[in-house]
Amino acid sequence: MSCWDTVQAYAFRSLGFGEKLLPKSDFTLCEHFTLIGSGLIWNIYFGALALFFGFFFANALALAKASKNSWLKKPADWFIFVFRGSPLFIQFFLAYSALVMLPRGGIDILGLHIPTSWMTSAWAGALFVLFLNTSAYAAEIFYGALQSIPKGDLEAADAYGISGWSRFRRIQWPTMLRLAWPAYTNEAIFLFHATTLVFFSGFPAFQQRGDALYYANFFADKTFNPFVAYPIVAFYFILLTFALIYGFGLVNRMLNRHLPSNIRSRIRLRPQLVR
Amino acid sequence: MFSSCADPKSLEGISWLLCYLTSGKHIDFYWSFLTVFVLLAVTAPAALLFGFGGAMAARSHVAPLRWLGKIYTAMVRGVPDIVFFLFFVIALDQGIEWMTHKIVCPDWTEPIRQGLEFRVCPEAKVPPGDAPQFWHQLYGFALAVFTFAIVFGAFAANVLYGAMNAVPRAQLETAEAYGMTHGQVFRRVLVPQMWTYALPGLSNLWLILVKATPLLFLLGVKDIVYWARELGGSKTQAYAYPHPDWRLWYFLFLLVAYLCMTRVSEIVLARIAKRLNHGQATAAGEAMRRAAQ
Repeated sequence: MSCWDTVQAYAFRSLGFGEKLLPKSDFTLCEHFTLIGSGLIWNIYFGALALFFGFFFANALALAKASKNSWLKKPADWFIFVFRGSPLFIQFFLAYSALVMLPRGGIDILGLHIPTSWMTSAWAGALFVLFLNTSAYAAEIFYGALQSIPKGDLEAADAYGISGWSRFRRIQWPTMLRLAWPAYTNEAIFLFHATTLVFFSGFPAFQQRGDALYYANFFADKTFNPFVAYPIVAFYFILLTFALIYGFGLVNRMLNRHLPSNIRSRIRLRPQLVR
Repeated sequence: MFSSCADPKSLEGISWLLCYLTSGKHIDFYWSFLTVFVLLAVTAPAALLFGFGGAMAARSHVAPLRWLGKIYTAMVRGVPDIVFFLFFVIALDQGIEWMTHKIVCPDWTEPIRQGLEFRVCPEAKVPPGDAPQFWHQLYGFALAVFTFAIVFGAFAANVLYGAMNAVPRAQLETAEAYGMTHGQVFRRVLVPQMWTYALPGLSNLWLILVKATPLLFLLGVKDIVYWARELGGSKTQAYAYPHPDWRLWYFLFLLVAYLCMTRVSEIVLARIAKRLNHGQATAAGEAMRRAAQ
């Protein structure tokens, strides 16, 4: 089997297309690269969607946490504390065992029939946990940024008669985002790293459709040689990290475009946000 | 545990629960918390040591050593940490066996990697094949601890490297002006002063380390996650204490336990920060001075 054949057979194996059976023996480098790369689709899926939905929820949470109304503040505080204070690994296990307990046949509410079986699958259940988790981490970052908006900016807004919603939309929110962006980039990178936990934490890989680390682990178990499969995952993730830094760097430049070049914030990768 | 628990089938209500929660397997479960604490107690200083070495290497004047230090500090940034966990446990195991193989059986001619197998001579097995189960478990745990130390050492090296660079340049120059050697400046001025800059990063790292302990389960150690899965799974009538699937409650218990652990850590770390910031020429130290006035 030539390498191109392998790519055709396994490039979308993680989604269930192509060859049914995984390779059994004589594992080639090409098979390693193709299957692990195919698994990376899931990492990108989990990371991108959780990040996208989490962004909005995190904004809401940060505002709730900064609010003076304790009915808003307390729940947000607790939510952030629970998700930041406990291991993601345990959160996955907990969510899975909770979702499994839902009635198999579905739930009937007000005559509506809601099927439940899809919730225990990784694409939905794990995505939901990652969404909540990244929301909590990002909310803490946004909250910190909201607190460090320069007083002068708000006073200037007052002086111009900008208040209420338009003050938030035009002054507070863009500044918050600008201040939070370097830390948020870190959060995004480590969220993508955290997606490798999904298939090791209870969620089953249906028909061996797993993520990059799932396939790397498969190869390492079969060949009993960790020196090929794991460096390939590492390689893919380094590429992914660079792509993220580039993409977030573009946004960062846009957020800082009105500032003189010497006080623009630069994105520095600080590995301090692992969960 | 209690004599009244001799016949669990006849018990009901609270007394059933009491007997259930003190059964032999549950005592094992409670002991496995000790595994987590031992891991934390061993890994934290070891990682600090690794990190210190890494940061020193990254600042070295010798180019190859500096590259090594830089690579070590950079490796955790781009790659998920559990890749390292899964990798190092096997790689270390094979590395150790390969080395003992080279020493113990120099006459062995067969290749070590035969197709899909990694085969060393029987004398080079670590731990020896006939060793009791306990030694196998201990060896597995030691490998896991070492892996944790390597990975968290890289994180710590990042933090310490930043902290060493954050010490004001003038302090070091003053020390040099007094005629101290490089080593003396490092020992007497740089290292004592860097902790206040390193503390925020190190406290963060401690919390990360606490939250990374369930990954022991992935490394094949019988830790709290293992026991929670084992005990929580539904038990049929064949067992002494039959019950449906209770994994949810066990994991909820673990979640609360971890929340307590991180909360206590946060309180303790805040106290240490207060102490270290006392009298320092930093923003935090200045705020404390103002508050005291």
